[in-house]
Parts: sequence; C-alpha cells; structure tokens
Amino acid sequence: MRILCCVKRVPAPGAKINVTADGLAVDAAHLGFTTSPHEECGVEEAVQIAERTGGEVTVLTLGPAEAAEQLRYAASVGARHGVLVSTDGSAWDPQRTARALTAAIRSLEADGGVFDLILFGNESADSGGFQVGVRVCHALGRPIVNGIKGIETEGSGVRARREIDGGFEVYELDLPAALGVKEGINLPRYPTMRGRLASKKLEITTFEIEADAGDQSLVRLHRPTETVSQTVILGAGPDAAPAAVDVLEELGLV
Amino acid sequence: MLLVVLEHDRGALGEPAREALTFGRTLAAKMGAEMHALAIGAGAAATEQVAAVSGDHGAARLYTVDHDVLSDFGPEAWGQSLVQVIDALGPGAVLACGSERGNEVMAQAAARLDWPFVANCTDVTPPAGAGREWSLTRIQWGGSLLEDATLAASGTALLTCGLHSVASTPVEPAPAAPPETRAVPVDLGAELARTVVKDRVVLDAGVTLPTAPVVVGGGRGVGSAEGFAPLEELAELLAGRVGCSRAVTNNGWRPHSDQVGQTGTRIAPEIYIASGISGAIQHWVGAMGSKHILAVNIDPEANMVVKADWAVIGDLHQVIPAMNAEIRRRRDRP
Repeated sequence: MRILCCVKRVPAPGAKINVTADGLAVDAAHLGFTTSPHEECGVEEAVQIAERTGGEVTVLTLGPAEAAEQLRYAASVGARHGVLVSTDGSAWDPQRTARALTAAIRSLEADGGVFDLILFGNESADSGGFQVGVRVCHALGRPIVNGIKGIETEGSGVRARREIDGGFEVYELDLPAALGVKEGINLPRYPTMRGRLASKKLEITTFEIEADAGDQSLVRLHRPTETVSQTVILGAGPDAAPAAVDVLEELGLV
Repeated sequence: MLLVVLEHDRGALGEPAREALTFGRTLAAKMGAEMHALAIGAGAAATEQVAAVSGDHGAARLYTVDHDVLSDFGPEAWGQSLVQVIDALGPGAVLACGSERGNEVMAQAAARLDWPFVANCTDVTPPAGAGREWSLTRIQWGGSLLEDATLAASGTALLTCGLHSVASTPVEPAPAAPPETRAVPVDLGAELARTVVKDRVVLDAGVTLPTAPVVVGGGRGVGSAEGFAPLEELAELLAGRVGCSRAVTNNGWRPHSDQVGQTGTRIAPEIYIASGISGAIQHWVGAMGSKHILAVNIDPEANMVVKADWAVIGDLHQVIPAMNAEIRRRRDRP
C-alpha cells in the first residue's frame, strides 16, 4: 500500500509558552521542536500499515528548511520518502496551507501514482485550525473522516474507529481515502540506531509552491489572563486527609 | 441572521449544542440579528427535545434537514447539507460548537465553499457598518495561547466557539412556546454515504471521563500501573472516574482513553483531584474546565498546586489511601 502522512513541525513547550515581542509567533529561542503529537502517531500508524500490507510511507511537511528534521525523524522510524513544501517559516493560514499541500500531492501522484491512504493529524498542536486535511481531501475528491483512533485494512478498504463518549463509531471507506488521526491510536516507537543512520541518508524532495493567501489573518498571539487562585493549603501528608475530605463533603460528594 | 448548527447524536442534544446556542445568543445580539438553529438529519426533526432546547436557549426558529443519506452522522453529508442550507437562507454567520464533530462539519462546508473558517473562537466582533472584516479571538495550543485574528468574509462567516469556552445557560424567562420549525429541502448525492457512520461499539455504559462529576487524576508521580489502585478506589467511592496525564499513557500505565489534556479528553467535573501531576500546559488545558481542583503533590511549587483551589502537600501514595479511609469512616458513622 502506498501511504502518505502529513506532519507539522511545532515547538515543544514545557510549563509555559512565551510569545515573541511582535506577537506573531511563539518564542522558540529556548525550545526544541517536535512533530505535532497526533501526526507523530500518524507516522507510526502509516509505518505499521505498510509493514502489515507491504508498501511504502512518504512523509510530507510544509514549513521552513529546518522542518527536514521532522522528515528525518519520520524516516528514522520507517518512512521511506520525505517531501518538504518550503516556506519562510512564517505562519500560513489554513486555506493557503491546504492549497500548497494539494498542489504538492497532485504533483507526487502524477509522478508516482495515487496514494491509497493519506493520514493527517486531527489538528496541529499549535495553531489548531481543524481544517487543512479536510480542505486538501475535498480538493482531491477523496473521502476523509477525522478523530480516528483505530485503523484496520480490509481488502480494498479501511475500517476506522472514532472515539465517542463511552465507545466508538465505525466508518468503512474504500481506498483511496484519507483519515485524520488522533494520539492514542498507537504508542509510537523510538528510532533504532540503524533507523537513525538510515535517516541521515534520506533524500528530501523539495517543492516551492506559490499559494494564494486565505482570508484569515493573524494579528497577534497572547497568553490568556489567568484568574490567580489563592490555593488553600489543607496540610501536609496523610494527616491532611480529614481536611481534604471536608472539602469533598462541602461539595456534597461524601 | 445567525445560524447555529446543533450537534446531536441521532436526535439527542448534548452540552455542545447548548454551549453553541449560549455563545450564539451574545453574537447575534452584537450582529443585531435573530438567532436560528439548524438540526441536520438522523431523526433530529422528529424529536421534541431539539425544538425545546433550541427555544429555551434563545433560537427564534428551528430549521430541520432530512434525507436518506442522513441516517446517521457523516461529515461529508452534514457539510454538504450545510452548504445547501447556507445557499437557501443566506445567514450572516454560521456557528457550531468547536467539538470534534462541530469543527469537522464546518471544515467540510468551508472546503466546499472555498470560504475561510475560524475554529475555536472565544470572542467574536462582527464588522462595523458596511465593512466585512470580523475581529476574533481564538484558541491556539489547546487554550494555552490566544490568537487575535481578522476574517475577511465575502458572505457568511463560518465559526466555531471553543468547547467549554462558555457555560451553557437558558434564556430567562423561558419562552412561552417552542420555536417555529421549518424543513429545508436538500439534494444530496448517494456517494456522500461513503463517510456516514456504519456501526457503533459501546464500551462503557457507566459514567465516562468527559461527563464524570468527579475525576481522580494521576501523573508521573503515581509511578506505575499498579500505583493507580488507591486512585481507582477513591474514584469509586465518589462515583467518578480515573484520569491521567500524557506521561502516564506514554509509559503505558493507563489506556489513552483515560488521558486528560490537549491531545486527550477535556474534562469539566465538579472537582478534579490531581495527584502527582505537575501541570504541564498539555495537561492543564484539558483540566482547566474543572469547577474545582484539589491538588496532591510533594512539590508546593508545582504548577498544578499553584493553580488549584486546595492542595495537600505530600506523597499521594500516603495521602490518597488516608482520604479513602476517612471517607469510609464517615460513611460508616451511624
């Protein structure tokens, strides 16, 4: 099976996120970068499906030249091909991103044939627009379902499970198809030493794509005003248990 | 007119629909417009609850759409239905709740129209006068950051409001009668059935994490899968559920369905008892909808302790069993 997984490079914040002075980006000066979590699981899922069915995984990202790091990471856990749609690193709006990805996928499919399955992350960890995958698939005329936490391949189709409150919905799609996956669909593997070495040799195909900007524009990022709660310290250690249970009793829970 | 797309499961409305109507009421007032509601397919037209809840939360009219393809939820069929309703009614804006389904349906409609769609707004200001530029504040990083943005809408603005960004409230006084209901005809191709729900698996008929009144959370500090036993016991005593942080699921101690956080479940319990959880932003954005927080942590400087209403400074392996014993003792009192 020919599988494409689209990923996004995002900063890896800890307990707090800071914003640059112009308010247009996350201040990543002291942060590492990672693959957005849903998409990290997307890569793992793509590799597992390729291992089961025989096939190859291509990983695609849109971002600055540094995003090659995320392509190489995907290669270190089993992706075979890397594609970078190159930008200057500024934040692209969802319509523009989708237009560029659509053009890149059309070009890849014209050269190498249609991807049987395309995986997106349900939403990116940073801007969280919840729409790029859907826009790309509509442009390609391909079905997509989001929120997927389980995929089984069956002949010429896939069965996909979507978590809902207290269970799962099941979708059945004929290939070619696309799915928006969520963290929890699998536990991503760590790269092996051999994988790391192989990833250094990954040849990355780079596209420069002029895509029209969409109609949503970033003005500035800011941290929400936090309601500073005065934490009431009930005590230390197990001796504080009665005070803690008093709180529960006041809420009518005991 | 502002049109609110109602999220429902085969005719049953939940909290997301009520939140969207509550958020929409404020937005409609700013637009100087009426708020109408839309229920798409899957038997929604037939249920009294849909009309009653819409009216109680301020919708002046309810539109319904039904078709053979809309036998159950399907993102493409719902999105295409919405496109045709927008074409028929020409609303100034369409709003849904930024739940998984809400964002997906709006994205499907936006893709078909090639219009912008702004997900997870917390504040929306319509254009002044004859302008067409909307000003919005929306959620990034699951709520750790906010983005001020502008939207140049050529016709209808497509928006969702962030899940739990408002608490749902009915209008007061309650309307005397349910809203007028009108059916809108749609013409849907049979191929849209390709993404309609085919089957369901029910795993858990009891209380679930998103709706539990009490959540007992455990983080890295729990130390192992077995370490969750006293947390399970506390959750059972309080008729709640156990939740956990991303560190826990990454270690394989709990299933991902128990994860509270940006990439897990957003909880909104009466109280969240967070034990051994430092409170990294990934976790905090899933927990911040809790009405009260009680933190149990050895570190008085931990983010979760600082943000909690109450805290016990100590080892959860001692504190939680002591709380369990205390609850039992009080319940056994004559």
